[in-house]
Amino acid sequence: MEKIENNRIAVSCSGVTKTYGKGETAVQALRGIDLVVPRGKLTMLVGPSGCGKTTLISVIAGILYHDQGQCIVFDENLKGLSEEDRTDFRAYNIGFVFQAFNLLPTLDIKENVAIPLLIRGICRKAAFETAAVILEQVGLKERMHSLPAQLSGGQQQRVAIARSLVHNPRLIVCDEPTSSLDHETGQKIMVLLRQVALSQDCALIVVTHDARIFGFADYIAQMDDGHIISVDSPDKMKEKV
Amino acid sequence: MLTGDRAKYFGILVGLTFSSLLITMQISVFAGIMSRTFGFITDIGLPQIWVMDPKVQFIDDVKPMQDTELYRVRSVGGVAWAEPLYKGILKVRLQNGNFQSCNVLGLDDTTLIGGPSRMIEGNLSSLRRADAVIVDEVGAKGKLAHTMTVNGQNVSIPLKIGDSIEINDHRAIVVGICKVSRTFQSQPVIYTTYSRATTFAPRERKLLSFILATPKPGENLNEVCQRITRVTGLLAVSSYGFKYRTLMYFLTSTGLPINFGIAVFFSFMVGTIISGMTFYNFTMENMRYFGTLKAMGAKNRLLLRMIAIEALLVGLISYCMGVGGAAFVGFIFRNTEMAFLLLPHTLIVIAVVVTSICILTSSLCIYQVMKLEPAIVFKT
Repeated sequence: MEKIENNRIAVSCSGVTKTYGKGETAVQALRGIDLVVPRGKLTMLVGPSGCGKTTLISVIAGILYHDQGQCIVFDENLKGLSEEDRTDFRAYNIGFVFQAFNLLPTLDIKENVAIPLLIRGICRKAAFETAAVILEQVGLKERMHSLPAQLSGGQQQRVAIARSLVHNPRLIVCDEPTSSLDHETGQKIMVLLRQVALSQDCALIVVTHDARIFGFADYIAQMDDGHIISVDSPDKMKEKV
Repeated sequence: MLTGDRAKYFGILVGLTFSSLLITMQISVFAGIMSRTFGFITDIGLPQIWVMDPKVQFIDDVKPMQDTELYRVRSVGGVAWAEPLYKGILKVRLQNGNFQSCNVLGLDDTTLIGGPSRMIEGNLSSLRRADAVIVDEVGAKGKLAHTMTVNGQNVSIPLKIGDSIEINDHRAIVVGICKVSRTFQSQPVIYTTYSRATTFAPRERKLLSFILATPKPGENLNEVCQRITRVTGLLAVSSYGFKYRTLMYFLTSTGLPINFGIAVFFSFMVGTIISGMTFYNFTMENMRYFGTLKAMGAKNRLLLRMIAIEALLVGLISYCMGVGGAAFVGFIFRNTEMAFLLLPHTLIVIAVVVTSICILTSSLCIYQVMKLEPAIVFKT
């Protein structure tokens, strides 16, 4: 991996460990992770099931405390933040895209997209106006009053991407964003994600099993058994294979 | 979020509505029954003081006094007037040979004080005619009505003016039909004069049931009552005091409160369990969304507010539907044997009960959401 200037570093993990449970039933999910994620780039976390990918993005996104090591996200040491401060940190800096979309079924898509802004206390009118603008960017302006159930899987994921971007976060974490979608839709989603997220100079971390979207990555961090075993560009990775 | 799952939303609504309906019905029927216990006192509105044997516990607990007690009460300072009242249960023989127990009230022959305030047919002064009685409307149409078979069908012909009945082997002529409050025992009420009532009644040395009195203008009601008690040794209480005494007797000496209380408790439990389980299931099924909101930066107090608002909204709708439904049932059956009295206090009690159910059911959900780890969002 090429050298990244300090002011371009979004996430810096060093020696991060995480163990679930205690005693004989303890499972060590992360065994000393060292990883740097740059801004304006798409970093993919890949590896077999149970290798710790989801645990790592949970730690980076500030929704899970790690045990040891340092995880610095935009110059903020997450371990040093109180629960309240972490919640605020997430509200202002992190956008989420989930495998199952996690759109609230009773809200229309404009309301769904506006949620991060409403959580931050922005008034409804302004939040909905911003949501409409971002929905236009993802090509769903005319469906903004539809309920999630009235949309296809690909459209729902576009709504989820709009929701993750609406509050201008600096880091977007995506957990298997294409695994619920067919190949063509998955490719379109990745194009959209790159185009919209990277244009805002966001750092993008995508956890995936889907080898068909590896080509969209700037860097691919391969994990196994709680370790990062390599970080390469997709081309270098292909060469290795 | 809750309204999105129609089945669960209606499940909670039905549970809470059913609960508030049942509790409102139980409390209102209880209040109705309790108000009937002192219906006689309410109907006899003119006198402000009731004088009776000191051992009397409630309106139907008649312990007769000697007629001379009337003159002693009249002689007490501050008493404007005092009149006798006979109250007893006498058997009336019906035309078909059956007997019906009736509440017979004997009013002062001269003044007719204590008579029914609402005459439907005839007038009160007709009681001065020979053998005259006035019968209450419900009794005349119901338990005292003539029944006969016409073309193979039983027909009930209400008692009317001019009909004769037999009270304890004495002939009595109906001269009026009146409207009175329904009584606790639901027996027909028959008004007549004091002297005639004592003729109808079985021979006893003492027949004076109550003395009805009123203080002179400017006299303090309670002071006059105390003076009567002090001078005569009888119990003198205000109308309100006698109602209270009657009510307290039924509350403390009968099984009514505990039986109704048990019914109310079970209604409360049914409401809590049905809506609690449904609300809990709803919360557990939506943990993913609560987790998503938490991950996106929603604080616990925001989620708590969401759940509380949903619970209170459902509670408010259920409260209105439950109380409204009970009021509607009460309205439909307003002129029947059903005792139903929806008091403002009941509305407050039901509001408290429904709020308690909402708090109980939502507390568990709130606890689950509070301790929810936002990392749940990445678990599929």
